Amino acid sequence: MSDEDAATNREAVNPEAVNPPDGGADAVVLTGAEIVCECLLHEGVDIVFGYPGGAILPTYDALTKYPQLHHVLTRHEQGASHMADGYARATGKVGVAMATSGPGATNLVTGIATAMMDSSPIVCITGQVPTGAIGSDAFQETDVTGITLPITKHNYLVTSIDELPEVMREAFHIARTGRPGPVLVDIPKDVQIQEAEFVYPTEPIQLAGYSPPKTARARQVAAALELIRKSKRPIILAGHGISMAGANEELAQLAEKAQIPIALTLLGKGAISEQHPLCLGMMGMHGGAEVNHAIQQADLLIALGMRFDDRVTGNLATYARGSRKIHVDIDPSEINKNVTVDVGIVGDLGEVLRQLLDRVERRPNKAWFDRIAEWRADSELREIVRPAEAPQHPAVPEGKLLGAQVIRDLFEFTAGGAITVTDVGQHQMWEAQYYQHERPHSLITSGGLGTMGFGLPAAIGAKMSRPDQEVWAIVGDGGFQMTMMELATAVQERVNVHIAIINNGFLGMVRQWQEFFYEERYNQTPMVNPDFCKLAEAYGIPTVRVTERGQIEEAVNASRAQTGGPTLIDFVVEKEEIVFPMVPAGADLDDMIRRPTPAEFERQQRERAAAAEVAEAETTELEAPAAAAALGSRFGV
Amino acid sequence: MAKHILAALVENRPGVLARVANLFRRRSFNIDSLSVGRTQRDEMSRMTIVMESDSAEADRLVKNLYKLVDVVHVDHLHSQPSVVREMALVKVRATSDNRREVIQLCDIFRARIIDVSAESLVVEITGEEEKLENFTELVRPFGIVEMVRTGMIALGRGGHTLKDEGFKPNRSRAAARSNVL
Repeated sequence: MSDEDAATNREAVNPEAVNPPDGGADAVVLTGAEIVCECLLHEGVDIVFGYPGGAILPTYDALTKYPQLHHVLTRHEQGASHMADGYARATGKVGVAMATSGPGATNLVTGIATAMMDSSPIVCITGQVPTGAIGSDAFQETDVTGITLPITKHNYLVTSIDELPEVMREAFHIARTGRPGPVLVDIPKDVQIQEAEFVYPTEPIQLAGYSPPKTARARQVAAALELIRKSKRPIILAGHGISMAGANEELAQLAEKAQIPIALTLLGKGAISEQHPLCLGMMGMHGGAEVNHAIQQADLLIALGMRFDDRVTGNLATYARGSRKIHVDIDPSEINKNVTVDVGIVGDLGEVLRQLLDRVERRPNKAWFDRIAEWRADSELREIVRPAEAPQHPAVPEGKLLGAQVIRDLFEFTAGGAITVTDVGQHQMWEAQYYQHERPHSLITSGGLGTMGFGLPAAIGAKMSRPDQEVWAIVGDGGFQMTMMELATAVQERVNVHIAIINNGFLGMVRQWQEFFYEERYNQTPMVNPDFCKLAEAYGIPTVRVTERGQIEEAVNASRAQTGGPTLIDFVVEKEEIVFPMVPAGADLDDMIRRPTPAEFERQQRERAAAAEVAEAETTELEAPAAAAALGSRFGV
Repeated sequence: MAKHILAALVENRPGVLARVANLFRRRSFNIDSLSVGRTQRDEMSRMTIVMESDSAEADRLVKNLYKLVDVVHVDHLHSQPSVVREMALVKVRATSDNRREVIQLCDIFRARIIDVSAESLVVEITGEEEKLENFTELVRPFGIVEMVRTGMIALGRGGHTLKDEGFKPNRSRAAARSNVL
C-alpha cells in the first residue's frame, strides 16, 4: 500500500463531485458533513458500512447528495467495523465504517481492535456530541478517542471544520501506509453542520513524526546474506506482511533461489501457493508437526513480516534454540520484542527482499529437505482427512461427519479458488489445515485478536470488495450466533456470500481445552442452537442441511449455483472432534499432542479392551479406567 | 539496570501526553519521571522521560514512542554528554530558633529561599538528582512540611540537538493547536 495506490484511488473519483479533485481552483462552500463525503470520494471510497444515529445524522443527510458513496446499513455497528475490515483485507484498499456517538462508537470497538491486531487498514468515522457539550456527559456522549487510544494506529477528535480536510486525508494516509491499521476520526455534530470553503489539499502530506521505512541498510542486508550463506538448515517464516507488502513474487524467488523451505503463519496463508514444493504449510499451535519440528531443528530462521506471536512460538525459552535469526518487519518495535534476533531489518518487505535477492546464493539443502520429508511422512500416517473414497484412518468414526472433512471437501469442490472468511475456533484451524490457499488475500481471518463473530460480517465486506470472487464464510455455530443479525444485511444488499456453519453444538475449541486441561468438565460449552436452516429461511435465504460426507458435494454445488444473495449450509458435524496436532499453551513448540498413527491407535484399542476386561472381572472402582477408555475411544488420545 | 534519560520532541497537539502516558501503561513501562513543556517552537513540545531499566527495555520504549504519530524525534541522553537538571520546591519547618541553620544549608547547596513565614521557609533548589536528594536528607530533621519536584529535564551538550528539521506546522492546524495536554 503505497502513495501510488492512493493516486490510483483518486482517479476513481466521480467526476460529478462538487469539487473536482484535479482543479481545486474554485473553492466551494460546503458543510463539514459534505467535506467528509468529498474527502471519502478523493480517497477512492465506494462503500461505507455503517449505522445512523443522532450525532452523525448531518453526515447521513449529506450522503444523499453523494450517490457514488454506497452506504451499507448493518444491523449492529460491530458488523460495520468487521465489514470494513473484510473489505480492506480482500483488496488492500481502506475500508470505511461509520457510526454515531456513544453506543454506536463503542459498538465499533471490537472491530477496531481486531483490525489493529491484524494490521488491517480501516477508517472509522464517528459522530460526537457538539463541541460545546463535550465533557458534560451529554446524551450519547463517550470519549471514543480515549477508548480507542490503545486500539487504533492513530485517532483524531476534530475540533474545527478548518482542519477537517487535512485530518481526513491524514487518516487514510496513516491507515494504508507503513504497517497498516485502523484510524478513527471523531467529528462533533456542530463541526458537521458548520460551513467552510472547501479546497482539497494538494500539497504532499507532511507528518514529521510519521515516515514509514522503505529500504534496509546495506550493512544489515550483508549480515543477513552472510547468515543465509552459512546456514545448513534454514527456514523462512512468512507472515501477513508478505501479502500486505505485495512481496509474494519476491518471497517465491528468494525461496527458490536459495532453496529454503517456507512455513506460514495463520495470516501468512496466501503468501505463497500452498501447492508450491517449498511451502511446508502452517506453523504454530495447530500447525503441521513437520513444520514445528523444522522450526525447532533449524539453524536459521528468516522471519518475514510476522511477529513471533505466542501462538506460533510456544515456550519462548526453548523456541528454535539452535538457530540464528533474521527478522524483517516494517515496524521497528516488532524487532527483538518477543524473540531476540541476530539481524533485525526494518523496511518494506518488497524492497528488502529485492535487496536480498540481488545477491543471495543458490544453496542445495538436500539433507535438510530429506529430514523434513521424514517428519512429513509421519504426519501423513496420522492424517484423518483423506478423499472420501480412500482408506480412512481407523480413528475416523464410521458414518459420522467430521468438521475437518467438510473443510477438505469444500476445498476440493470450490477447486481451492474461493476467498474464505472464517470465524474463530476449531473450524478456523481446520480451514487453516485443510484449505490450501494459492493467492494472497484469499484467507480472511481474525488471527491476532481471535474475534468470534468476525466471520459473517467480514465475509459480507470481502464479497462487496471483490464481487467477482466466490466468497465463503466458514463459521462455527458459536461465533455465527454472535453476529448472525448481519444475515439481514446480506439479504438487503443481495450479497452472494456462501455461509458454511460447522455446527457441533459446542464451543468446540473451548471444549477441546476443557477435555485436555480441565478434566472434561464441559462447563458452559454445550449449546442449544436454533434450527439454522429455519432461521435463514426466515430471511428468505436458501439453505441445505448436511449430515453425511456424501452430501457435501451436492450441497456445495447447489450453494455455488445461487447468485442473487446469501446461501447457508448447516453442516451438522461430530460433537467431540479434536484439532490435532496441538501445542498446549506455553509448551515447547515441538511438544505436540498428536493423533496416533493407525498402528498406535490399534494397539491402544487392544490395550483398552484388555483393561476393560480386567476391570469388569474385578468388582472394584470402575470410574477411572472407564473415563480413560471414553476419552481414548474417540480419537485415541 | 541503569538510569535511562530519553528526550522526545512531540507535536504540540491535544492528547499527546495522554498517548505517551497510555503507552507506559499499555506496555508496562516503569517510569521514574516525565516532564513536559514547550520549546522554542510553539508547535513543538519536549518531554524528558527517566526510567530505571535495562537497555533493551529502553530501546523498546524508544521504538514504541516512535510509533506514535505525534512523536517527531526521540534520543537517549544518558549515552552522550548532556546536562541534566531537576528543580524542587521544599517547604522546611523553620522558626527563629533554627532558621539560621537552614539558611546556611541553603547557601552551601546554592538553593534560594523564596518564601519566609514565622513557621517555615520555601526553598528552591536546582541541580542533578543526587544533589536534590542530599539536600532533602539534610533538611529532613528540621521537618519537611511539603515538597514538589519537577522531574528531570535534560539537553545534550554542545552541538547535540534533537532533530526537528522536516517538521513544518500544518497551516490550518496551527489555529487548532492549543497545548500538549
